Amino acid sequence: MDHRFESVNEVREKLESVDYLADDAIAGIVHLSDRLEKPILIEGPAGTGKTQLAKSVAEMTGAKLIRLQCYEGLDEAKALYEWNYKKQLLRIQADRSGDSDWSELEDDIFSEEFLLTRPLLEAIRAEEPVVLLIDEVDRVEIETEALLLEILSEYQVSIPELGTVTAKQIPLVFLTSNNTRELSEALKRRCLYLHLDYPDMDREKQIVMTRVPNITDHLADQVARVVRSIRSLELKKHPSVSETIDWARTLVLLGIDKIDAQTATDTVNILLKYRTDIDKAVKDMNANADSYTGS
Amino acid sequence: MTTDSNSNMANGTVISDSAEAVGDVTNSPLLDLLTGFIVELRNAGLPVSLTENLDAMEAVQHIPLEDRVALKYALAATLVKNHSHWKAFEIVFDVYFSLRGEEYALDSELLDGPLEDDDEDEQSPGGEGKGEQGQGGSNSGMTPEELAEMLYNALANGDASMMRSMARESVRRYAGMEPGRPVGGTYYLYRTLRNLDLDGVLEKLMQQEQDESGETSDFEQRLQRDEYKDRIEALKKEIEAEIRRRLVADRGVEAMAKTLRKPLPEDVDFMHASREEMANLRKAIYPLTRKLAVRLARKRRRGRKGPLDFRHTIRTSLSYGGVPAEPKFRNPRPKKPEIMVIADISGSVAAFARFTLHLVYALSSQFTQVRSFVFIDGLDEVTEYFEQTDDITEAIHRVNSEADVVWVDGHSDYGHALEVFWNAYGKDVGPKTSVLILGDARNNYHAPNSWIIKDIKERARNVFWLNPEPKSYWDTGDSIIGEYSQYCDGIFEVRNLRQLESFADNLV
Repeated sequence: MDHRFESVNEVREKLESVDYLADDAIAGIVHLSDRLEKPILIEGPAGTGKTQLAKSVAEMTGAKLIRLQCYEGLDEAKALYEWNYKKQLLRIQADRSGDSDWSELEDDIFSEEFLLTRPLLEAIRAEEPVVLLIDEVDRVEIETEALLLEILSEYQVSIPELGTVTAKQIPLVFLTSNNTRELSEALKRRCLYLHLDYPDMDREKQIVMTRVPNITDHLADQVARVVRSIRSLELKKHPSVSETIDWARTLVLLGIDKIDAQTATDTVNILLKYRTDIDKAVKDMNANADSYTGS
Repeated sequence: MTTDSNSNMANGTVISDSAEAVGDVTNSPLLDLLTGFIVELRNAGLPVSLTENLDAMEAVQHIPLEDRVALKYALAATLVKNHSHWKAFEIVFDVYFSLRGEEYALDSELLDGPLEDDDEDEQSPGGEGKGEQGQGGSNSGMTPEELAEMLYNALANGDASMMRSMARESVRRYAGMEPGRPVGGTYYLYRTLRNLDLDGVLEKLMQQEQDESGETSDFEQRLQRDEYKDRIEALKKEIEAEIRRRLVADRGVEAMAKTLRKPLPEDVDFMHASREEMANLRKAIYPLTRKLAVRLARKRRRGRKGPLDFRHTIRTSLSYGGVPAEPKFRNPRPKKPEIMVIADISGSVAAFARFTLHLVYALSSQFTQVRSFVFIDGLDEVTEYFEQTDDITEAIHRVNSEADVVWVDGHSDYGHALEVFWNAYGKDVGPKTSVLILGDARNNYHAPNSWIIKDIKERARNVFWLNPEPKSYWDTGDSIIGEYSQYCDGIFEVRNLRQLESFADNLV
């Protein structure tokens, strides 16, 4: 079995080449996932780049990205496979005049020709390298999670009429979760776990620099600092990385090269989406620095 | 090749897992270390399964072992599946692997004796602890002023490696650590920090910043201050880690791991949670209330089917050549659950009440129909305080200042509070209502009025009582939980998140 990556550093460099700045944890786990052939479960607050990681890994390995968006009520027919019953009916009808016997017909209508593949089966059957992204897995009910278990641990799908379909190549699998509920132990056990938090200031600055064209070093630095200050407040929803990027873009478009309290107050609604949060942040930003001196 | 080593590892681990002697596996020192590490994780409460254990063993084969950071993340990825356990993991990791790694090479010279063979309980006479008196070492020639100066520069420039060696030096100099002394790490931390006067350093940094860059706006100063504060925090962490490393060297890995063991967030007792633990609890409570919400709503979704779905039946009949052979039914529309939360916020459960209010707040953001009541000896509805604002602190402030919960003397009187509830809101309790009562049932020897619970029970769908007291205290002193419990559908000891979760789990 040959591996996709030689070392953790290779992962990091490759990710950087597709504009995704990975820290030690991210690069380490992608490397490990390739070696251990295990899926990665990514949890963390919204907008920290969970889905983007899967996309970037697909891009850097030149693999096809197959995405399964989870939602409440997702079932086998939408996730794994479904029999194309209309086509089966046609086949039966077409055969009415014919003389083939029943068992022959049965074998025929339950063959691959009549199988509609859904994302999971598609990822397993793919000939070319794929990255499978199972997005927002916390949205499905805990019972539906069981659907995923076979594919996550054995990379195979059992179809009663056909037998077991085993993966031709082991795909890289990413699962994301916003942690709205605890995932089952069974699922967690089969995965490597990564908690993706807001990046530290330096990394956030780097992210802003790569994602926002024409931004000056000074402005990116200020953006990262302001965001860090805002995140230290107790808010309902902290600004995500994507909101930071949006904010930086806006500032560049407005031709601002230095943030002061006024510009920050005027544009903070890009970072924060709740009235109470905005009020709090504005109050904090305009607070006189001397009032922090304490004594 | 991979599979080969796989099975090899597997054998080794299974043996060690059952706590028997490890056979002659090639890299057994590492295996021993990892086994001990995983045992300690389990002792700390992390649910490490056998598969995860095996994964970790395999994972370490794929990374360069001298890379401490990579090792840490490889172990974390395979062993820690819940972010709230991260901190516990980090501590155990630091204890087990703190004395390894090239970046600490300098230290192993400095801490000669006990480091090399620290596994035995060796009393090192000339240990590092007496450094205060100026023991030979690389930096010991400095005066305290020089040290302060270097520390100041390190902070001003944000030089991480300089900060690390400063942290080391200050611990060596100020902590006054003595081998074998049964004092916790916090004591040493306090001693070190007292000597460094970091608040003073912060002011000095700010002053200098102002002098240098001329007039800066308040806003910029503010950002700069945040930056310095951040660096000082980092320095404190370094100091803490350094103290921990020295303690490990002195006392041995296992003893230290045991001392540092703290309850996981889900095991923290509500009544005795520190401020920091409380913050963690708050984060953990949202997924849990969602679960609670789902459980309370579940029963209505399953089971009996709804009325015939005509369109769907016709549609399916097409596959039977137009014969409606398979009737289809609508799923029953899930009804909105109604929840009434009645919470004791008196002094005896003050710490619990803080948590309770967060729970109520989280519940009311999940459900539309949550009505909340608080009481001491009087009772008041506080639903709107939670609904009108997104800000939990404001809501709690309003509950504490505006809610009319004191009737006579501000000592809990369950009987009277229930009576007020029954008279004013009893008519709103319907067959769809779940009633949650949160409190310790310590009634100060007033009349219990338990008939009210009985009446509520007759009208409501169910009545649950969550008691923050340990079960062994129930019905002692003025607790009359037994009196009430006979009329409740269930009565639960809920002192930590784990118990709350199991309450939610059993709600079917």
